[in-house]
Amino acid sequence: MKIVVDYDLCESNAVCMQIAPEVFEVRDDDFLYVLNETPAEDQRAVMEDAVARCPKQAIQLQDGE
Amino acid sequence: MVDSITIVGASLAGIRGAEALRKADFGGAISLVGGEAHLPYDRPPLSKQVLAGEWDFDRIQLTSQEKLDELDIELRLNTSATGFDLASRELSITGPDGDHTETVDGLLIACGARARTLPGTDGVAGVHVLRTSDDATAITAAVDAGAQRVVVIGAGFIGAEVAATLRTKGVDVALIESMAYPMARVLREDIGTLCGQVQIDQGVDLRCGVGVERLTTTADQRVASVVLRDGTEIPADLVVVGIGVIPNTEWLEGSGLTIDNGVVCDSTCLAAPGVTAAGDIARWNNVRFDEVMRVEHWENAVDQAGFAARRLLASDADVVDYQPIPWFWSDQYDRKIQMAGRPRATDDAMVVTGSMEERRFAVIFGRDGELSGVFGMNRPRHVMQYRMRIEEGMTWDEAVATADA
Repeated sequence: MKIVVDYDLCESNAVCMQIAPEVFEVRDDDFLYVLNETPAEDQRAVMEDAVARCPKQAIQLQDGE
Repeated sequence: MVDSITIVGASLAGIRGAEALRKADFGGAISLVGGEAHLPYDRPPLSKQVLAGEWDFDRIQLTSQEKLDELDIELRLNTSATGFDLASRELSITGPDGDHTETVDGLLIACGARARTLPGTDGVAGVHVLRTSDDATAITAAVDAGAQRVVVIGAGFIGAEVAATLRTKGVDVALIESMAYPMARVLREDIGTLCGQVQIDQGVDLRCGVGVERLTTTADQRVASVVLRDGTEIPADLVVVGIGVIPNTEWLEGSGLTIDNGVVCDSTCLAAPGVTAAGDIARWNNVRFDEVMRVEHWENAVDQAGFAARRLLASDADVVDYQPIPWFWSDQYDRKIQMAGRPRATDDAMVVTGSMEERRFAVIFGRDGELSGVFGMNRPRHVMQYRMRIEEGMTWDEAVATADA
């Protein structure tokens, strides 16, 4: 599972950071940083939550390496 | 166990509720009833990228027919519920095939709200609300056809965003607000006034504390001007009315459900056995804040729909309260406004980062010894961090002591 963020869509609302702060971080420059692009499989439900709750629908999960 | 579920309303809450049912391994039939002609779509971009002409409809679709087929979700478009009887569980429907009645098992009410219109403006050309994709298309078409003088009535979030988007397109914009400052139902005076100053600095003719007396029209029933209560007359080619919404509950009068500015639910989003509500139409007791609320925010539509969908599948013994910390955002020019929690005008307040002067800051609020809310302008990280602290139950004293302003 790979996290892919479309930075053209991302507006740094930081909802994903609230859901999974160990994976997503919005820093003081107001940009989103993905701290771990390949979270463990047991994180899938949390990642799906982040995808669904992104107001810009800017996050995707891709399967495989 | 519930065998089939009907969802009335096919916007954000409706589609997310349907998807949540499948995610929860619900194997029964799901039918989604939507009044519009379009596939479910996302509304926040309507007042921003769609109105700006940057995005077309494809960009705001929330699903596709392929995805609906894959999830085995039946979607009935151009179809509305016209009545419901709780005792017999009969739902009256009107659609392209005429009227009929069907018996429902589980029912999720997610048919939202509609834009309030200005009395006496029916049939006047050039007067619009902005709630649907068709509304956005009509306003964009009017601007593209040469409307140069726009009057936006109501400086709530929709009005403020419409003003920002159209002003950015180079249109002359007057923004009229009957309350003392913009977004006054939600924001404190100093913050709302600052948001108004952002509009003024962009060249918007902002007039607060004055209501609209009437519109004048041309001989062919087009809007010509907006007359304010103080006698000022503002010429207008186009008027956009953003004066709030009305929950779509008329079809539920006499149904046996409790209707009071929305569908009244318990603290678990249950309106009656086997009936839940979510999104703009749902009114429930949020026990975290000990407040009966109806929340019109995007995120709540997603979260509450998922919760209300799963509530239909759960036994009463397994249910927890739905007690979110409301959060919203609004984009106006290059400022991103966000707020979380339920701050009130009388709460304590403290700037924790930045300053109002630089228009990049976060303010936290507290009452009864608790952290009650956070507002940010271009400070998304701080808003979310403090939202998490509200969730953790941080006290106001702790919040003040640990602020790194």
